[in-house]
This record gives sequence, C-alpha cells and structure tokens, in this order.
Amino acid sequence: MTHTQKRIVVNNVVMVLSALSALVGMGFLFWILGVLVLNGIDALNWAIFVNEGAPPGYEESGLKHAMIGQLYIVGVATFFGVPLGILAGTYLSEYGQKAKLAEIIRDISDIMMSAPSIVIGAFVYAIIVAPMGHFSGWAGSVALTIIMLPIILRTTDDMLNLVPSTLREAAFALGAPKYKVIIQIVYRGAKAGILTGVLLGVARVAGETAPLLFTSFNDNFLNTDMMEPMASLTVTMYNYATSPYEDWQKLGWAAAFILSMFILGLNIIGRIFLLKKRGK
Amino acid sequence: MATIVDIFEEKALEVKDFEFTYAGADAPSIKKLDMPIAKNSITALIGPSGCGKTTLLRSFNRIHDLYPGNKYAGEILFKGENILLPKQDLINLRIQIGMIFQKPTAFPMSIFDNVAYGMRLQGIKNKTELQDRVEKALKDAAIFEEVKDRLKQDANGLSGGQQQRLCIARAIAVEPEVLLFDEPTSALDPISTAGIEELVVELKNRVSIIIVTHNMQQAARVSDYTGFMYLGELVELGRTEEMFVTPREKLTEEYITGKFG
Ligand SMILES: Nc1ncnc2c1ncn2[C@@H]1O[C@H](COP(=O)(O)OP(=O)(O)O)[C@@H](O)[C@H]1O
Ligand SMILES: [Mg+2]
Repeated sequence: MTHTQKRIVVNNVVMVLSALSALVGMGFLFWILGVLVLNGIDALNWAIFVNEGAPPGYEESGLKHAMIGQLYIVGVATFFGVPLGILAGTYLSEYGQKAKLAEIIRDISDIMMSAPSIVIGAFVYAIIVAPMGHFSGWAGSVALTIIMLPIILRTTDDMLNLVPSTLREAAFALGAPKYKVIIQIVYRGAKAGILTGVLLGVARVAGETAPLLFTSFNDNFLNTDMMEPMASLTVTMYNYATSPYEDWQKLGWAAAFILSMFILGLNIIGRIFLLKKRGK
Repeated sequence: MATIVDIFEEKALEVKDFEFTYAGADAPSIKKLDMPIAKNSITALIGPSGCGKTTLLRSFNRIHDLYPGNKYAGEILFKGENILLPKQDLINLRIQIGMIFQKPTAFPMSIFDNVAYGMRLQGIKNKTELQDRVEKALKDAAIFEEVKDRLKQDANGLSGGQQQRLCIARAIAVEPEVLLFDEPTSALDPISTAGIEELVVELKNRVSIIIVTHNMQQAARVSDYTGFMYLGELVELGRTEEMFVTPREKLTEEYITGKFG
C-alpha cells in the first residue's frame, strides 16, 4: 500500500467511527425522548393541570401544586439571577477587562459552573435552611440563583466582548458618556446573545432536583408562601417515580414530560436567537 | 525639523511639541511633532504603514483615553485651549471634533436612529427638529434619496459605501467644527470611494477636515494640504499641489515617487 492509499484508508476508518459514535449518541437521545413522549402523553390529561397532589389511589390528583411551585421557585431565581448575572458580566467586559479582579471573577465563575449542583444545595441548606429551622421556597430560589449566576455572567461577558470595539469608539466619538454607550450600543448589539444566555441559564436550573431536595423540599399541596416548603416538578417527579404506586408513577411521567418540553422549548428558542445572530 | 509651509488661513488646530506613547510601550509612537491644521480646508496625512497617522488622528478627539495607560505630552490647541489638559471635557470635545472610521460603524438600530443618535445625546427631543435635521444630514451626505423610503429599517442592511455615508451623515448632524477621517475608503469599492471623496470635498465649506490615507492619489485628489509622516515624525507639511510636484524634503520625494513605503 502506498502512503496515499494508507492515508485514505485511515481517513475512511476515522470517518465511519466518528459517524457511528454520533449515531449512538443521537440514538440514545431519541430513545429517551421517545420513551418520555410515549409515557408522558399517555399520562397527560386535563385533570393534571387543575388538581393538586393526593394520596395514592385518589382519582382527583394532579400536578398543579408542582407546576405553580416550580414557576415560583424558578421565577424568583430568574428575577434575581438575570439582572445580577448581566450586571456582573457587564462589569467584566466593559469595566474590568483584563484587571486582576475581573480575571479572578472569571475563574471563580468557571469553577462554580462545574461545581455539582448538590454541593450548592448543601451549602444553601447550611446557610439558610438550618438557621431558619425548616425548608422554604426562598432557599430553593437562592440555590437556583447561585447555579444560574455563572452561566449568565459568562455568556454576557462573552457576548459583550463580541461587540466590535470600533462600535463603542464610534459612539464615544459622538460624545456619548460610557453608560449610554453600554446601554444603547453594546447591549443592543449583544441583545440576542445575552437573551440566549438567559434562556440557557433558566433552562439549566429548571431541571435541577438535587439542590431543591436540600432547600425547598416538597409539599403535596398547593403552597404559594415562599417561606414554607414548596413543591417543584423535579422533586415531585423524583418522589412519584420512586413510589410503588402506579397512579403516582404515571403522574411522575407526566411531570417529566411537561418539564422536558418546557426546557426543550427554552433551549430551542435560545438556539434560534443564537442562529439569527450568527446569520447576520 | 519638519519643513512646514506657511499657512495663511486661520488654524483649526495646532499641534505643538506633541508626543504620544501607548500604554506599555517603551518609546513614543509620535515624537516631538509640530503641525498646524488649516481651517475649512482638507489636510491629508500620508506615510508608510505604522508611521503614526492613526495615532495622531486619534489624539485630536482623545479617543485614546478609552484605553488606560496611554500618555500624551505637549499641546494640541483648539480654539486657543490645550485639549490635552486633564480638565478638558471630553464629551464636549468630541461633539466638536467628529470622527469617521476605517470600517463603517453603523449602530445596530434604524437608519433614522443612527443619524439622530448624536443629536439625542445632546438632549434634542423635538420630533420635527430631529426629522428636519436627520433629513438635512442625510442630504448633505448624499444618501437621502437612497434611504428616504426605509428610514425605519436596520442600518446594517445598507451596503458598505452607504453605511460609510450614513456614518458621515451621523457625524455632520451634530455640526462639528472638525471631522477626522481614518482611511474612510479603504474598505470600499472604487465607485463608493469616488462618492465619499466628492462628499469630503463638499464638506470643507463647513468643517475642517483631516483625512488619513494610504493612497497618495486620494490625498492629491481631495486635499489642500498634505502632511507626510515617517517613523512618528512629521517630515513635511505642504500645499498639496506643490508637495506632489516639488517636495522640499528628500524623504518626501522618495516616498511619493514610490522608492519605499
Ligand atoms: N494599541 C497600540 N498599542 C501599542 N502600540 C501601537 C498601538 N497601535 C499602534 N501602535 C504602534 O504605533 C505606531 C503607529 O501606528 P499607527 O498610528 O497605527 O500607524 P499608521 O496609522 O500610520 O499605519 C506603530 O509602530 C504601531 O505598532
Ligand atoms: Mg492607520
């Protein structure tokens, strides 16, 4: 075999292997989605959206409490996490640039991003749940805010950095003060990218279970008092799916389906924004 | 010492014993430079790449100040005041001394909002006034006819040449006294280039213009005065029609006859 022939063979082998690996990965993804959709749709009905949790065997049981609890916990986390993350990202990109403090914050947030979420749950348990003496929706939101923060901070930093510096200079050259350059020019130029970061950050925390087990815990009935333990789709799904009761397991599938569609939707919207930005 | 022709016009700017050092650089990029800039005229800056044309131009509106650690020395006089003094109000300075960049810098907003941007910064909110002045600026920048039906559309949909004229419209809308151009046509095709050159010449009745160009023909076509820079120094400043025919410095002659650069 000549050198060229050998290269062609190696090339083909590598191509086939990598294509196969991709197929295996995709296969599992569609398998999971398929099982989820089949069982989820089967378990889905109107009663789920109007009824709260009930003991096993009751006809009128649903997930309303978990869906509303989930919205509260994630909503409050978003309310605090998004502005904090965007402001911190703005500091890094527009003020800190290459300063020591900015580099340290970038490193810490990268470490936080890869920290297991259960560790953050345990941390919030120690600083909020233990002193208060009980679980609460607030504690859950705090845990999710901490998980969301580095994601939004880093994407904001990156996206603002993509805005060409000549655009900033052009605004300064017209006599704009710095805060107006940031708000009117830089944010506008990075709008789609920042929004993507926000959506991906929210999608990421919406699927968290472990940190909520330590913080907001659970409630089988509707509760909108953030000072009290609160249901979430993830923890409810965990409880119902691991229970021995068939009707609860079915509700678990429904919870998994609803949550997955929500997160999938956020992800797809996020990617669309990103694509639209790249297309320009 | 540079050879500097007598300037009979009033001076828009006067550079005196000026030095500029970038943050972290050991040596200044502009060295002991003296240069008068005539009012309501076009002064071209030419010279080989890296000789400091952009660096000098960006000193006139102190855009270098956006990056920490850059150092100025000497004086740049504008209306009798040294704009390099720490007390200089940079916002006020940049309203009076506008800048057009090498690549078009259309903001991510509509054509109208782009041109209105500088005026809105100055607090002009009156709709009819904004509309009138945007229209006038677009007309003065010879782009009104092309965009009048799509003022509300995103400025990034315009061609490179149109965007550059939009940037000129945006700059002249705030009625500056000086306009700085840094190779404004280097990213454009020949037809757009000719359009911008024509526009620059028309503008000199209202503003004093300094234009950096790596294209000697362009300098010869548009400018009244030409300054030749080399290694961070001004070698010669002369009337354009004289300097390209009878340069007084050997180095200038070698450069314009293409012996180096
Ligand atoms: N941001 C910067 N930091 C340090 N040195 C720079 C920077 N920009 C330009 N220089 C240096 O300053 C000198 C003049 O550059 P410049 O003004 O861009 O030249 P020109 O516009 O004539 O091509 C060059 O030696 C260049 O390397
Ligand atoms: Mg240059």
